Amino acid sequence: MNWFDKILPPKIKGTKNNDKRGVPEGVWKKCSSCESVIYGTDLFINLYVCPKCDNHMYIAAQDRVASLLDTNGPQEEIGSNIRSVDMLKFKDTKKYKDRLIAAQKKTNMNDALYIKHGELKGMPIVAGAFDFSFMGGSMGSVVGEKFVRAINKAIELDAPFICFAASGGARMQESLFSLFQMAKTSAALTRLASHKLPFISVLTNPTMGGVSASFAMLGDVIVSEPKANIGFAGKRVIEQTVREKLPEGFQTAEFLLEHGAIDMIVDRRHMRDEFYSLLTKFMDKGPVEKQVQSEISSLVENTTNA
Amino acid sequence: MDHLEFEQPIVELQQKIAELKKLSDSERIDDKEKVDISEELERLMKKCNKLETNIFSALDPWQVAQLSRHPQRPYTLDYINLVFDEFQELHGDRMYSDDRALIGGTARLNGQAVMVIGHEKGRKTNDKIRHNFGMPRPEGYRKALRLMKLAERFNMPIVTLIDTPGAYPGIGAEERGQSEAIARNLYEMAQLKVPIISLVIGEGGSGGALAIGVGDRLLMLQYSIYSVISPEGCASILWKSAEKAKEAAEALKLTAENLFELGLVDEVIEEPIGGAHRDIDGMVEKIRETLTRHLGEVKRGVLSVDELLEQRYDRITAYGRFEE
Repeated sequence: MNWFDKILPPKIKGTKNNDKRGVPEGVWKKCSSCESVIYGTDLFINLYVCPKCDNHMYIAAQDRVASLLDTNGPQEEIGSNIRSVDMLKFKDTKKYKDRLIAAQKKTNMNDALYIKHGELKGMPIVAGAFDFSFMGGSMGSVVGEKFVRAINKAIELDAPFICFAASGGARMQESLFSLFQMAKTSAALTRLASHKLPFISVLTNPTMGGVSASFAMLGDVIVSEPKANIGFAGKRVIEQTVREKLPEGFQTAEFLLEHGAIDMIVDRRHMRDEFYSLLTKFMDKGPVEKQVQSEISSLVENTTNA
Repeated sequence: MDHLEFEQPIVELQQKIAELKKLSDSERIDDKEKVDISEELERLMKKCNKLETNIFSALDPWQVAQLSRHPQRPYTLDYINLVFDEFQELHGDRMYSDDRALIGGTARLNGQAVMVIGHEKGRKTNDKIRHNFGMPRPEGYRKALRLMKLAERFNMPIVTLIDTPGAYPGIGAEERGQSEAIARNLYEMAQLKVPIISLVIGEGGSGGALAIGVGDRLLMLQYSIYSVISPEGCASILWKSAEKAKEAAEALKLTAENLFELGLVDEVIEEPIGGAHRDIDGMVEKIRETLTRHLGEVKRGVLSVDELLEQRYDRITAYGRFEE
């Protein structure tokens, strides 16, 4: 694609994707790492990985799940009607209720975790993704409940579960209820394991605190995106406690791999293939070669063909 | 300092009383003066009791939080030695080291063999450093899990005592997998085949507390707290100022009383006026009685292993409030 093609408006006006987030139209974005200016459509096609420097940028939970599932298979969202109740009437500088409404508007999600069941190259799976832009991907009662329902669905369908974490930790506004979601999500995973169904935990930028210290670190296989920040305590807290400089690359995916905390680092664009290959072995389904497109790649194709 | 700021008026009055007592005991004053002094003493002591009752019956959550960290408050080792008999400490995670912030071992509770595990903050400066102020590293959680598995093998109920500011935020702790260590305990405790009773005796600091706090009963002492984050931490993130800890403590609903009302705690054990340290013997009796009673409700014979695990699973997965 030459520069002239790039500045032309994308030919997406005719496409129907009412419930889809769709291709961002005519927006230029700056890579947060190399500062290259990238055309919105290019970034979308590339799953929000910078085409210049491979920097893995924020991706919305719905796009994330869409990028994993087959477009032409059955799909259904799980727990979309569950809503948070502000049982503590929590108010800091803003009311929790108002923060929730703002986050719901911004992300078009009911809470920070989005779950769908569908197929990955024809294999039934349940996939969940956190959206960091929903109150920092924080885990409260709704997130915990959706996580449990995702696992129950996986058991019902005899399907593996894949979860993409992106979270600052437990949601302070639900206090101890949030903390106990760590126990709840971890307990639910014991059921998945007793049904001999695999759980792939994908750690994306960032995965911290109570999310990192519960289900996210309990994957049968733990995968991370390149350079993602992963840890228990925040860097600032650690620095203030130990009063020394943190080592180079501290709490990055590469750091965790070196210290034996995760199984592998996988480029976002290769995840479908990698996970499929892993899961067919765990589920012993044999090496099926079925050409199925992900929702996003077919969406892109539709838009460019229109 | 061995008292809190809001206890200052009481401490001053107590000092006055002590001085008067000393004076009345001295030989240099005559009998008439002694009578006067003893009347004054009685008046002051009444005043002191009233002041104590007034202050401690109207504590705000931030004051409760401070009381939960009171320098004179009994710690895990105090309770282990007083509530239990025949405590034998077992050390080490068999992988890296022995974390002194989290201690455990075999003991007897009213004759019943149990595994007791708890955070220890340490009393004097040297002890505090040795016990890392009650902030465990991954090896602490892994030792706790080793001991819990041992208890499971020999069918011993587990009692955990929670009193920690949180898991230690350090470089080594992160390198050795603090997150994984905590997560693993949550996962394993959900399916451990023996009863688990947890009692918060002081500070229930977030994931560092929960990592030994998943089980069949959650009990709290009256002036203990349990929260997703410390009031100071919450204030500095949400209010952008640690000065707002009082507001944060209020909002977090972290007192035993609040959490009992929210249905997250099974029982609150009442403390003497002023806190557990004012009457340790009385406190020990109550704790022993309460632990024994709850263990009696979930022990083998009353519940089968399947029933125990089913109830625990339902209990854990019922946490949370939402609507649909």
